Amino acid sequence: MALHNLTLTQISQGLEAGDFTSVEITKHFLDRIKQLDQGENGINSFITVCEEQALADAKAADERRAAGNASKWTGVPFAHKDIFCTDGTLTTCGSKMLSNFIPPYDATVVENMKREGAVCLGKTNMDEFAMGSSNESSFYGAVKNPWNLETIPGGSSGGSAAAVAARLVPAATGTDTGGSIRQPSALCGLTGLKPTYGRCSRWGMIAYASSLDQAGPMARTAEDAAMMLNVMASFDSKDSTSIDQDVPDYTATLNDDLAGKVIGLPKEFFPESLDGEMKQTMLAAIEKFKELGCTVKEISLPSTDLAIPAYYVVAPAECSANLSRMDGVRFGYRCDDPKDVEDLYKRSRGEGFGDEVKRRIMIGTYALSTGFYDAYYVKAQKIRRLIKNDFVKAFAEVDFIMGPVTPSPAFKIGEKSGDPVEMYMEDKFTLSCNLAGLPGMSIPAGLINGLPVGLQIMGNYWSEASMLNAAHKFQQVTDFHNAAPQGI
Amino acid sequence: MEWEVVIGLEIHAQLATKSKIFSGSSTAFGAEPNTQASLVDLGLPGVLPVFNEEALRMAVKFGCAIDAEIGKVSVFDRKNYFYPDSPKGYQTTQLHHPIVGMGHIDITLDDGTTKRINVTRAHLEEDAGKSLHEDFHGMSGIDLNRAGTPLIEIVSEPEIRSAKEAVAYFKKMHSIVTYLGICDGDLSQGSMRCDCNVSLRPKGQEEFGTRTEIKNVNSFRFVEQAINVEIERQMDILEDGGSITQETRLFDPNKMETRSMRSKEVANDYRYFPCPDLLPVVIDDEYIQSVRDSLPELPDQKKQRLMDVNGLSEYDASVLSATREMADYFEAVAKACDDYKLAANWVMGELSAALNKNEVEIKNSPVKAEQLGAMIARIKDNTISSKGGKDVFAALWDEKGDDVDALIDSLGLKQVSDTGAIEAIVDEVIANNQAQVDQYVNAEPDKRGKMIGFFVGQVMKASKGAANPGMVNKVLKEKLDAKC
Amino acid sequence: MALDRSDVTNIADLARLAIAEDNIGQYQEELSSILALVEQMNAVNTDDVQPLAHPTDAVQRLRSDVVTEENHREKYMANAPAQESGLFLVPKVVE
Repeated sequence: MALHNLTLTQISQGLEAGDFTSVEITKHFLDRIKQLDQGENGINSFITVCEEQALADAKAADERRAAGNASKWTGVPFAHKDIFCTDGTLTTCGSKMLSNFIPPYDATVVENMKREGAVCLGKTNMDEFAMGSSNESSFYGAVKNPWNLETIPGGSSGGSAAAVAARLVPAATGTDTGGSIRQPSALCGLTGLKPTYGRCSRWGMIAYASSLDQAGPMARTAEDAAMMLNVMASFDSKDSTSIDQDVPDYTATLNDDLAGKVIGLPKEFFPESLDGEMKQTMLAAIEKFKELGCTVKEISLPSTDLAIPAYYVVAPAECSANLSRMDGVRFGYRCDDPKDVEDLYKRSRGEGFGDEVKRRIMIGTYALSTGFYDAYYVKAQKIRRLIKNDFVKAFAEVDFIMGPVTPSPAFKIGEKSGDPVEMYMEDKFTLSCNLAGLPGMSIPAGLINGLPVGLQIMGNYWSEASMLNAAHKFQQVTDFHNAAPQGI
Repeated sequence: MEWEVVIGLEIHAQLATKSKIFSGSSTAFGAEPNTQASLVDLGLPGVLPVFNEEALRMAVKFGCAIDAEIGKVSVFDRKNYFYPDSPKGYQTTQLHHPIVGMGHIDITLDDGTTKRINVTRAHLEEDAGKSLHEDFHGMSGIDLNRAGTPLIEIVSEPEIRSAKEAVAYFKKMHSIVTYLGICDGDLSQGSMRCDCNVSLRPKGQEEFGTRTEIKNVNSFRFVEQAINVEIERQMDILEDGGSITQETRLFDPNKMETRSMRSKEVANDYRYFPCPDLLPVVIDDEYIQSVRDSLPELPDQKKQRLMDVNGLSEYDASVLSATREMADYFEAVAKACDDYKLAANWVMGELSAALNKNEVEIKNSPVKAEQLGAMIARIKDNTISSKGGKDVFAALWDEKGDDVDALIDSLGLKQVSDTGAIEAIVDEVIANNQAQVDQYVNAEPDKRGKMIGFFVGQVMKASKGAANPGMVNKVLKEKLDAKC
Repeated sequence: MALDRSDVTNIADLARLAIAEDNIGQYQEELSSILALVEQMNAVNTDDVQPLAHPTDAVQRLRSDVVTEENHREKYMANAPAQESGLFLVPKVVE
């Protein structure tokens, strides 16, 4: 098998067995990136390729292996979403605002991967400041979906998704504030997991909406995602919202029996309006879980429809403050010849941010302003409580909640970019997880019109191991996750 | 028209923690610019705050000291505004759920009466950096060393009625936070700053007039001056039938005026909301009790004790307990000489006079408390006279020596207290002044007291001033009366 | 709530975003339609609901009061658009 078709787990085993070296496989992937990602017809999934550093790290990893103290990750190539601060390496967050920002420190997730000796090939493209569902809002241009270069890969972790789908890297980190891991994973045919809020440290992960943001793995298989979450997850005293809970070995329980597990199907995730083919694809996937011994129960999450409105208050409100530090004073873009401090702020921010970011900052600013705070912000926090309560009630009766990740497969580049509200609908099934802080994942569930769609698995707080177990068992009896885009 | 002045103060006190409120940077004053500004203090992308436990403890301490409600669940909010010394574009503070709720302190007015001023609240927040306006080619320089230094902002009710009361209130707060050891109280370094809200209303009117806020006043004297000139300014406008604009003003002590702050002209909307990077701070009764149990003696308590236990007058007790530095000095003197009254006399007399005359603060006094105490002990045990004490004090002040006993020796101030030696001199004086002795013996008994002065003078002269005057008096009286 | 042009310019001012005069209309339209979406929240009565600010019930952890940071001024200021003598430079600040 060609090296790039190996899964993360297989690469780890190959390195262990001495089938190839880290330098060899790193070069192989770097070459693919050059061939497939760059240039006018390239996928554009990378903002920065760290060729020199990656080769140096690969060499060091091979030496470490030779010295006998390699871990599973030593020498394994992967990529980071360009939202994670990397010491000495450009970190743009997909924005002109940070197009010259070289962080003087590593994010905790970055540190965790480094410690294991993993080899970061580069920083992947993303919607600007993680705001978007199509990866079209990036200052570095739209990313193309390897399954059909005219369609979007999803967002905001669209670069990570496209890179893994195109076999440019075996896995990549992502972040998910409203679906930014799950939706691109679904649209690119990957296995992606947004963990429980507080599982992965947010230190060094450039904040979009602090109470919703969470990092997670994007890989081809549940097994790979488990291997990656093992390292990404940690308790971090530098993050007040990090939860001090042991990180289990997520690979250890992948093969546990699913018999007796109860799957909840919320009727709100299967509305009348849901595309028939999408519904059939989901139900067929759920059938497989039944074959694995699960039972299915219809449930209701009555506040589901309120997730979009609540999210578009909470996230913009938090981002309006989080992005205030982008002011052209200490780092980042500064406008030419500011005439005074106000001019410096207004033009640096006006020129440095793209339209979607400006829209969300303005919505958030408005929602927090005098006279509107209660009607918008407090109201949204109350809806958030209702959404959480729905889940708490549901998880008293079921082990998993399943449904579609997206209403439809990937749409065409440019199709929805003119209408922000229509774009927001793309996340209708993913937002509630973030508002409740619950873990959610997307696994490949088949193709519609030749494009992948994902089944969403939601679990109770801290049930990542069970979710990965369910996903892995599903992947043992299905082949959707092995499908590759044509020509890849 | 007769006007009533309404004043409320907002005092910012820097907490004396070693590290910042949300980062591990040092809070030490005076470092090179931006050398104590960590990733968090600089507000770089991706950084997160973690709350300092000592800042919490200090704030709770303060709350206990002013008998306030303590917020068992307090919440940090973001106050959004753009300013170059505010690196994140918001200040982390507490709006709806402050750590300290309603409390109160008592201030002493000029006429000796006390007045209670209620404290609305005190909340934790982070300090900003500094803009340096020296000219860098028409630019300003930003130093973020101070950014993230923990502050408590203490907000009074608008119950203060004059500049003098305002100063008394500010001084009392200064005294409380320094007694508690939660703030170094150094006004010259900006450790405590005061915003003064001032308005006038016609006497008898219940409704408040429009107020102005004088920002960042940083000395007791300036608080009094700033408020007084602002009262005058407002009164002039109102008397002329004008109206006051609600605004932020700055006090200029050189021109003795307040002026509108241009940068704050645009009405801001701070858009407060709970900081999503910080979780609710939850404390229980046990925690609060343990802090309460650790409170040191506070100014009012000390004053009461000095009166009740140590027998000082109310005036002395209140002067000696007014500031932490004075109180600490005084207590050390009293401890060293084991006599509160004598210690009070010397600290309030000789020492205070010397400090005032030379414009020296008590913490820099060349006469250390232990030295003063040791010297007073020598007066008490009759080694030296009070007058000799003044000589020792002067020598200590001029730093002519460190050791009190050595100074007494070198200055030859030791009194003769040996009864035998004094009796010998007394006998000699009586023998040499027969005429005066006769007069004494023949005088009415109630006149004799005055006449003894002559003999004392002679004995002191004969002893070259070294004889213990009390003892001389006693021996003379015995011997003369024996002749009557 | 539909915004008018002055709402948009006020919000942009508060958020310190320079917006071209020509784009105000577009923002007005887009922001108004987002607010219309958001106002779907009003369909539910939430009078007795406690707001939820954080997804988890965790409380704030405390850091011990220890100085852990060293001086890395040069590295930390390397991204500064303008600096001199260890200070970030901005156009003159008027108080």
